[in-house]
Amino acid sequence: MSTTVIEIKDLSKRFVIRKDKSLKERLINAQRSKLHRDDFWALRDVNISIDSGSTIGLIGPNGSGKSTLLKMIGGILQPTSGTVSLRGRVAALLELGAGFHPDLTGRENVYLNASLQGLTRLQTDRYFDAIVDFSGIERFIDTQVKFYSSGMYVRLAFAVAVHVDPDILLVDEVLAVGDEPFQRKCMDRIRSFQHEGRTIVLVTHGLDTVAEICDRAVVLESGRVIADGEPRDALRVLRSEFEQSRHDDIERQQAADQHDSPEIPRAHIEGIEVLSSGTLVREVPVGAPLTVRVHVRAEEPLEDWILGFGIETSVGQTIYGTNSKLLGVHLPVLRGVESYDFTIPAADIGEGAYTFHGAIAIQTGAEVHRLLQGASLTVAADGRETGFIHLRTSLTPTAVTA
Amino acid sequence: MDQQREVRAQQIASEPMRPAGPRHGFFSGTFESIRDVWSHRELLDQLIRREVRARYKDSVLGFFWSLAKPLAMLFVYYVALGKFLGAARSIPDFAIFIFAGLTAWQLFGDIVILGTASIVGNAGLIKKVYVPRELFPLSVVGSSLFTFAIQLGVLVAATAALGRFPTGDRWIFFVLALAVIVPLATALALLLSATNVYLRDVQYLVEIMLMIFMWASPIVYSWGLVQKELATHPLLQQLYLANPMTLVVLGFQKAFWVAGDGQPFPAHLGRSLVLMFGISMVLLWFSQRVFARLQSNFAQEL
Repeated sequence: MSTTVIEIKDLSKRFVIRKDKSLKERLINAQRSKLHRDDFWALRDVNISIDSGSTIGLIGPNGSGKSTLLKMIGGILQPTSGTVSLRGRVAALLELGAGFHPDLTGRENVYLNASLQGLTRLQTDRYFDAIVDFSGIERFIDTQVKFYSSGMYVRLAFAVAVHVDPDILLVDEVLAVGDEPFQRKCMDRIRSFQHEGRTIVLVTHGLDTVAEICDRAVVLESGRVIADGEPRDALRVLRSEFEQSRHDDIERQQAADQHDSPEIPRAHIEGIEVLSSGTLVREVPVGAPLTVRVHVRAEEPLEDWILGFGIETSVGQTIYGTNSKLLGVHLPVLRGVESYDFTIPAADIGEGAYTFHGAIAIQTGAEVHRLLQGASLTVAADGRETGFIHLRTSLTPTAVTA
Repeated sequence: MDQQREVRAQQIASEPMRPAGPRHGFFSGTFESIRDVWSHRELLDQLIRREVRARYKDSVLGFFWSLAKPLAMLFVYYVALGKFLGAARSIPDFAIFIFAGLTAWQLFGDIVILGTASIVGNAGLIKKVYVPRELFPLSVVGSSLFTFAIQLGVLVAATAALGRFPTGDRWIFFVLALAVIVPLATALALLLSATNVYLRDVQYLVEIMLMIFMWASPIVYSWGLVQKELATHPLLQQLYLANPMTLVVLGFQKAFWVAGDGQPFPAHLGRSLVLMFGISMVLLWFSQRVFARLQSNFAQEL
């Protein structure tokens, strides 16, 4: 059985950006006050319902409304229209040690922060040792926090937040500050939260994190939900969204550069084909020989160019990439439509579904065009290994005698 | 593991859905606001401690500084006004007289000035965690009362040292005056801290207004002088007495300035204070409602 813990209905949020803040400016601009206001919809008609025990990643480009949405779930911002309702205790882990007073010691701040999150003094007393222990900064607990490093701040803040016993934990892109052992500790704690059936809402730019721990992802774009579902599907939407904006950028630059030198030449990857032993394939056994054929087209002759390709997993994590420059190959001038073959004698990649991308760049490194998901390939194996590489491991069933 | 999830899901399912953050009507929300603040009383306590502790952290003399300012003012007024301008000649126990007024004024001024800045000053917190925002002005009220208590201790000790310790009925005036200051200053702190978010000019305006009102209250001169000067203008006298802080300061003097018993005081001071208490409570309610209305946009305006 699962229960809805967060219910977001037709949620919209409008920000009015006033450019004048002081009384004088307001009076002077009273007549033209319309000119000095900008309306901006941070969220538009968002509908999400979150079940208890799920872990949701809110992802999207900068300024898409992720953090606004998280703040509205936390009750910090009020909706312009629509409703956010929830049940259970909410703890928020928002940005660097919000709620820490720099002049107070770590100990005093733990009590303050815990009580901000709704813990009583008695409960804090009980958890105090565990909190300090988790943060790993016992030595500095009686030092004023203004002398802390940013990593120590986050450690203490996270330690408090996870001991609040929340039903809903809101996390806003903070974990990246701690060092690796601490990040791993946090991930472990988040996993144990998942086991305990707590709900986690996570805002992050680390798409791999989403793929790793979330069971659902919501992609926001300009305040609207453009994808909501399995992380792998959502990530695909987001990545193609990113690709589109990069593509637009390049085109804009090309348009702008028409008058300026250094010109970005116009060329495209037309398509990618994956062949094995001369025939087009969609599925190959592990370790098969592969040929990656990249079709390119140049609008005008292109000199000194670089051609590359890469392999991604289904959630978009790049596992391999190379190009003509890295391979030490100088390509002849590109005119019209041509094709090039990258030859892989034995593709020792692990079992799973992969996609291929191709890219053209010029010598300065500036990318001219990139085609994402130009081809897809499933690698089939006998389930003897996990992971992305095929190592042909074997095990001798006798103990080694030294 | 699945069992744990089940248990939690069922527990949560028994709770009703509630809106994130506060949203009440203008009139109906009073009770809910009070309940919100009450349920966060431990946090309020923590915030007051933070204010008090952080204020003089890292200074060698610590709490002494909260006394230094009123004592310096006392000294300046005593020498400049009392001795050089000769006010001490017409006012017996001039030092006690001034200090009684200053103590009352200091409490009022602290709450209003620090309270006005309290929301903007806690922007970092307000933008990141939801707690009833009234807590921030209220924590200023708490920490100011703490400073006030120390100052009051000095005042009472001084009266005892001079052998004119206030006794009996006098304390009623103190209680009444305090019952006016606290709601009145809290009301202003709530109202001004909320408007300060939208118009930062407010905090500068407040300082000027406070200076004017301080001199419009009989702190360094006596009510007797005002009465003499305005003898032919009863309307102006009424206006002067309409300033709530005038009544409060007179109340403090009535309580602690034992040597001033023969001096003129306005008639029905007690009754006026009770009336002013009623007005302050209404103002407090009104300010809180305005605050509740304005606070929904705090996080985005800061």
